[in-house]
Amino acid sequence: MKRTGVAAAAAMALLAPLAMAQDAHLARNLAATCANCHGTDGAARGDMKPLAGVAADKIIAMINDFKSGNTPATIMHQISKGYTDEQIRLVAGYFAAQQPRK
Amino acid sequence: MSFESHSDLSRRRLLGAGIALGGLALAGCATTAGPSIGRVVVVGGGFGGSTAARYLKMWGGNVDVTLVERNPDFVSCPISNLVVGGHKQMADITRGYDGLKALGIKVVQGEVTVIDAAAKKVRLAGGGEIAYDRLIVSPGIDFMTDTIGGLASALATDQVAHGWKAGPQTVLLRKQLEAMRDGGVFALSIPKVPYRCPPGPYERACMVASYFKTAKPKSKVLVLDANPEIQSKKALFEKAFKDHYAGIIEYRSNNELKEVQGTTAKLEFDDVKADVLNVVPPQRAGDIASRAGLVNMNNRWVGVNWLTMESTAVPGIHVLGDATFPAPAMPKSGHMANQHAKVAAAAIIQLLKGEAVSAAPVVMNTCYSFVTARDVVHVASVHQYDATDKTFKTVPGSGGVSAAANQVEGRYALSWADNIWADMLAL
Repeated sequence: MKRTGVAAAAAMALLAPLAMAQDAHLARNLAATCANCHGTDGAARGDMKPLAGVAADKIIAMINDFKSGNTPATIMHQISKGYTDEQIRLVAGYFAAQQPRK
Repeated sequence: MSFESHSDLSRRRLLGAGIALGGLALAGCATTAGPSIGRVVVVGGGFGGSTAARYLKMWGGNVDVTLVERNPDFVSCPISNLVVGGHKQMADITRGYDGLKALGIKVVQGEVTVIDAAAKKVRLAGGGEIAYDRLIVSPGIDFMTDTIGGLASALATDQVAHGWKAGPQTVLLRKQLEAMRDGGVFALSIPKVPYRCPPGPYERACMVASYFKTAKPKSKVLVLDANPEIQSKKALFEKAFKDHYAGIIEYRSNNELKEVQGTTAKLEFDDVKADVLNVVPPQRAGDIASRAGLVNMNNRWVGVNWLTMESTAVPGIHVLGDATFPAPAMPKSGHMANQHAKVAAAAIIQLLKGEAVSAAPVVMNTCYSFVTARDVVHVASVHQYDATDKTFKTVPGSGGVSAAANQVEGRYALSWADNIWADMLAL
């Protein structure tokens, strides 16, 4: 039982990046989970931080600082920990390519 | 796995020929050029349905989208407790559907009475049918009033308000509070979980108490909770009750409402005579879900495939929001309905195109609650799809609640509302 579990996990680990690579809309779909607060395609209103057009490296650094606690937050330290580094990379790349709200 | 049909293939060949022969004609309008990839009808224009309609159009381009909604405007449940408390007006929580119309979405004000899944058609009250290739049902909740004696007639005659669907009920509750004498009792009955918006009742208690504190200081808020304890942000609400509303709010656990007589709440062991009785009734998926044969979980909720939000009872119908039987620790919230809608929109576009759907969706939730007119507390969670168990699971170590109520999050809560309303209604 245990061995098949390990084998299955290993197979999944191999398959997971492949599945991601084939998912052409993954970055868009992941970024859409942020839109409720940060605006459609990152074009935020009000007191929320706009993400559209922000450099990917900058977004990744901000998220990592929330994750590590380097940047104090009301809520982002909790939300950022729900996403993998690879997901953050995809989300950051997507927002970087969007037009800021005029 | 392929869902591609012959008609899809021939359409694509035609489109290819079109590009070869007249590339100029298609340039600059790639998202709307060519024949429709399919017809999607969305039933219900709340947080789930409106978001789905918007994202189908935004991501799918040439999808025919029809949104059927019974109300002329969208009225938001989130922030509506501020109206109940007198801190906001109805106009502040009301938005129109013009943004969706401008995107080319057909918005029909009406009510779907019959879903004919075999013929892939919905029928409208007063006649008329709309055909679909894929249907989205985002019906919200309806009430199980028959489980509490006298409740149906008390609600029908406006003697008792529920205030759990924003709109006229929000106004009714506010008017009852304004008309109440100083020294009166406002009693709020909370049903056993699950119900829409777990922290909502406790926020309402705070908002009514904030009104009493300044306008009717001799009055009381009595919370009659059918549950053994506060169901969301417990420590934060307990602190708010104590710090801001000591002597105003009284919280009673395990107080399940059995019967309503006038504005008297009859509980198992005693009766509570209220001046204003607000009953949040037990809930189930909105009526159209059961009429369409979608309700297959505990006789109340709709089971869904979390990769597509497609009903596990009726193929071709995708169900969103509060009506669904939730994944573990997934709240019934407008925010979550918006997230469901994006999973469904992405999947439906892939299905219409005969492509594989995403295998790794993520949804997340944020609920802000006002404990005073300015101080807010949140609860947040992130849910990743688990392919082994075919459900969403919260990520260990992620999510959580506010350290303490604070005014920074008071501003974020209002900005959250502006952003999510804009996201769903294309404002």
